[in-house]
Amino acid sequence: MDAVLFLIFAAIAVVCALNLVIQTHPIASALSLIGVMASLAAIYLQLGGEFIAAAQLVVYAGAIMVLFVFVIMLLNEGKERKAKRRLWVTIAGLPLLFVFVALIHFMILRVLPPSDSVKFGAFTGGNAEAIGIKLFTAYLLPFEVTSVLILIAIVGAIVLARKEVD
Amino acid sequence: MPYIVLSLIKLLIVVLVLMHTLAYLQWVERKVIAHVQLRVGPRRVGPHGLLQPLADVIKLVTKEGMLPSHVNTIFYFLAPFIAVLFALIPMCLIPYGGDINVFGIHTTMQVTDVSIGILLVFGLSGMGVYGVALAGWASNNKYSLMGGLRSSAQMISYELPMALAIAAPLLILNTLSFRHIVDGQTGFYFGFIPKWTIFQGPVPQIVSFVLFMVAGFAETNRVPFDLPEAENELVAGFHTEYSSMTFAAFFMAEYANMITVSCIATLLFLGGWHPLWPEQYGSSLLPSLIFGVSGLVCFSHAARPARPFDRITLPVFGVLFLGLAGLFLIPAGQQILMPLFWFGAKTGTILFVFIWVRATLPRFRYDQLMGFAWTFMFPAALINLFVTALGVALS
Repeated sequence: MDAVLFLIFAAIAVVCALNLVIQTHPIASALSLIGVMASLAAIYLQLGGEFIAAAQLVVYAGAIMVLFVFVIMLLNEGKERKAKRRLWVTIAGLPLLFVFVALIHFMILRVLPPSDSVKFGAFTGGNAEAIGIKLFTAYLLPFEVTSVLILIAIVGAIVLARKEVD
Repeated sequence: MPYIVLSLIKLLIVVLVLMHTLAYLQWVERKVIAHVQLRVGPRRVGPHGLLQPLADVIKLVTKEGMLPSHVNTIFYFLAPFIAVLFALIPMCLIPYGGDINVFGIHTTMQVTDVSIGILLVFGLSGMGVYGVALAGWASNNKYSLMGGLRSSAQMISYELPMALAIAAPLLILNTLSFRHIVDGQTGFYFGFIPKWTIFQGPVPQIVSFVLFMVAGFAETNRVPFDLPEAENELVAGFHTEYSSMTFAAFFMAEYANMITVSCIATLLFLGGWHPLWPEQYGSSLLPSLIFGVSGLVCFSHAARPARPFDRITLPVFGVLFLGLAGLFLIPAGQQILMPLFWFGAKTGTILFVFIWVRATLPRFRYDQLMGFAWTFMFPAALINLFVTALGVALS
């Protein structure tokens, strides 16, 4: 049952990701991205990362993608125009893709440490309490630094937006 | 009994009850608004218009579904689907009562209990905005687009104070599961003040409750925040180009969202299915009293009928009410019905406030709406969260 559900959501995620690249219309791409995020949330939930799943849904699939869709709708962009491909891109594109996939395959097999197969329900440290304790003890510094980083981004955005008004 | 069969039975019950509530909520809304405005409201179809929802459903189903030639067909049909989907899914995470024993089977009055219930409901109902935004965009119509844009901007803005307002009571209750949230509100102070989060120490969450309700009005696009479908500016906003069942889908989604917000407010702030006053002062007799008196009133009016058909309809309702009163008196019925009664009473009161506000308040101006969210609601929610955190830390 778990494996079947996992495969279904994994398939949805992959199809949505491909669709995201293939679609020429920005809204269609944004919707596919939402599909990827939502199915990832379902997979997190299956693997025991309950809090991460909820955060993925609330923050990424909810808030951030709403902003994306909002901006696309506000600009009301049409379909993207196709630029003319260069000759070497047409010729070397497919072989380069194969090389890329082969490299990733090699990395996973040889460079990364060997890992056991996934067992559903084996991981239990994914609830809000466990994550909170980890965040405020072991990962306190990265957590605080990230929040400062986000603050810098917000201040930067305000500064940039203000200049245009003046 | 296998888990799947049990879940399917529970789902069936929830869906049946929810669909009827959705249909009759609209009847209640029309009636209440009519009485507020000194009209009588629907009363042609059935006694007091009670069959009006049925007539509306038949009308909407048999209407011709128009497909405007200028729309983006895929997204045009996807939008109402998304809106309804994410309005209905949260319903299966909400508990309607405690543990019960039916025919020897021990179960909970909830389709499924997840440990992150409130976050999941919040996330799922937040996804509903895509339905509205997409509908506005795919309709390829300037009024619809304005409605869709307003809706997404409004949702992003009000989700923040809403999340902060939810966080404050969660600090006190220290859990994210709906079941434990309600369990944390059991008991009474001095034997009569219920330990609901709006009364519970160290910091009573009345401010959070008000903020949550205001944000809830905005999230469900209800008056006074119904800018996405402001009739006098945008024709009908995001659903201008929709007709027949696709229009009905948006209608259903709006009412389902209203019910979800009311349920969350009940669970989080008003103690879920816990009674208003302790059982030793007779809180378990209240439903029998209400239904019994209603039944007797029906019979007394049937004895002196104002209209000819009252002689038939009123005794039927009288027998129904008395039967309900009897059900609340037998222990087996009481065990199942009491939590449902209190849950329904609290949720119904909040739903009534939704309708009451719609009949009373005028619509905001758009800049007022945004200014209110960012300059008042957000700081107020932050201060409230800070005070609550301080109270929890010191106690």
